[in-house]
Amino acid sequence: MQRFFVRRLLSMLLVEFGVILLVFLSLHLAPGDPVDVLIPMDVSGAAGTAQAARLRAELGLDHSLPVQFVRYLKQVATLELGTSITSGRPIGPELMERVPATLQLGVAALILALLVGIPAGVISAIKRSTWIDNLVMFFALSGVSFPNFFLGTVLILLFGLVWPILPPSGYADSSILTWQGARYLVLPAITLATSSAATLARLTRSSMLDVLREDYVRTAYSKGLAHFTVIFKHAFRNSLIPVLTVLGVQMGHMLGGAVVVESVFSWPGVGRYMLAGLVGRDYPVVQATVLVLSTVFVGTVFLTDLSYTVVDPRVRYS
Amino acid sequence: MVQERSMMDDVWRRFRKNKGAVIGLTFIVLVILVAILAPVLSPHDPLKQDILSRLEPPSSEYLLGTDELGRDVLSRLLYGARLSLAVGMSALGLGVVVGVTLGLISGYRGGTIDNVIMRIMDILMAFPGVLLAILIVALLGSGITNLVLAIGFWLVPVFARLVRGTVLALREREFIQAATAMGARDGRILIRHVLINSLSPIIVYATLSIPSAILSAAALSFLGIGLRPTDPEWGAMVSAGRPYLREAPHLVLVPGFAIFLTSLSFNFVGDALRDALDPKLKA
Repeated sequence: MQRFFVRRLLSMLLVEFGVILLVFLSLHLAPGDPVDVLIPMDVSGAAGTAQAARLRAELGLDHSLPVQFVRYLKQVATLELGTSITSGRPIGPELMERVPATLQLGVAALILALLVGIPAGVISAIKRSTWIDNLVMFFALSGVSFPNFFLGTVLILLFGLVWPILPPSGYADSSILTWQGARYLVLPAITLATSSAATLARLTRSSMLDVLREDYVRTAYSKGLAHFTVIFKHAFRNSLIPVLTVLGVQMGHMLGGAVVVESVFSWPGVGRYMLAGLVGRDYPVVQATVLVLSTVFVGTVFLTDLSYTVVDPRVRYS
Repeated sequence: MVQERSMMDDVWRRFRKNKGAVIGLTFIVLVILVAILAPVLSPHDPLKQDILSRLEPPSSEYLLGTDELGRDVLSRLLYGARLSLAVGMSALGLGVVVGVTLGLISGYRGGTIDNVIMRIMDILMAFPGVLLAILIVALLGSGITNLVLAIGFWLVPVFARLVRGTVLALREREFIQAATAMGARDGRILIRHVLINSLSPIIVYATLSIPSAILSAAALSFLGIGLRPTDPEWGAMVSAGRPYLREAPHLVLVPGFAIFLTSLSFNFVGDALRDALDPKLKA
């Protein structure tokens, strides 16, 4: 177990190092002078030249690439993410202000996806090849195919405008634990959860069907256990292992999806901050948000990897 | 040859049994035809603005109404099929060609090269969802080529890993060892034996990746970081129609359902192909 842990940890650190390197290089891989990318298009002439000189000194672009990278690594390690060009403020605190909103959205969507996706997959597998199975799987395939920005827009149209029971967009300052605050979360969370719920349903179903073919399930039946006991005590628990392994990847999809969903619902999270940076050509902001979101993703995948070695001892020995 | 033909017959027979897949395939053929024939089929110029007839509901003149600048929604929809398919397919092509090549090299050579390639793939996969694409577009600027590059890059690791896995399994098989023993060169073994025998999972994954490519392209355009805002792209059309959701919902619904139905069709076909090519996997 210890060796496995160390190996996973090392490979995670390697990937994270690569991510930092890639994000760092992204500024230098672009054609032309990196400083050009950093200066808003509307600043030109003398003001532009002055700003370029200032930025060059500030970013240490006059040093060699390896020296710059070491500096960048030090900055990242101390959570020093640079300065926003548009606001002139440090990016770290600006980003932290927006983390809670994204976290609320992500956690709500994840819970929703698990609560809908896994039971749907189990029902589908138990009722295999019946109309229930076909219906659930049709919805699952539709859920995977539905563009999240379009789903969000349709939900706004239906429940915000045609039948106005929920706010079409925005964010309440009141606590998320009260209905006043939570009602803003309903539509964005559904939008973000849908494709993950659909993926989980498809995966749970096929995993459950695999397990139901196993010898130990037949044994459980033949020793006279009730159908319900076999399904839940023997089949369901084992069928969750493959589901658990993709959970990390699903959370990654959600982080990416959150960028779109936050934009659709004017949700004041990290994704919208990044997009504002993109539109305003505020490159340090884009760089920092991509770095932070990817790091969260790498950490999540690492944790899910570890968690299923706890659940499934077979993994450790392979 | 005879053997292969009868296998394809079997595949087609199994595929045909799946009604959803047949409907999906028909729809895909239709979309491809529309994309090719867009200039012939379009009743109006998709870019021509007519300020006097803005946000009109569907009529005999404009079958799907007009948008916020008085442009014909039907014509834009038809031309949009071109952009969506072109971007989706080119990105997929890029992802498959680069990914399969890397996967073949990685799996066949093993050792250090394998390690290096796979760690690079791990890093590319560490960017959640569309973030890698956003980083690329942020740097290179928008435009159709950069959009294709951005999404293609994101698909590369998927195919590299898939192909590497099949190569590793095939490498130990007798017919590959026989070819090596007979003195076949690496390139020949890789293409004539290894690649041919990993085609079916590649085809299935490719089909199932088209919807992801189309959805990501549409999402990036929706966010305004894909194509120019004037381009008749489905995702961009949804985005442009959103401010008029109340008075002219068709501006959002028409292109949105076009994206949805296209990606649903590819998913149906991909699922059915998987079941048809490998009946053992069928649940």
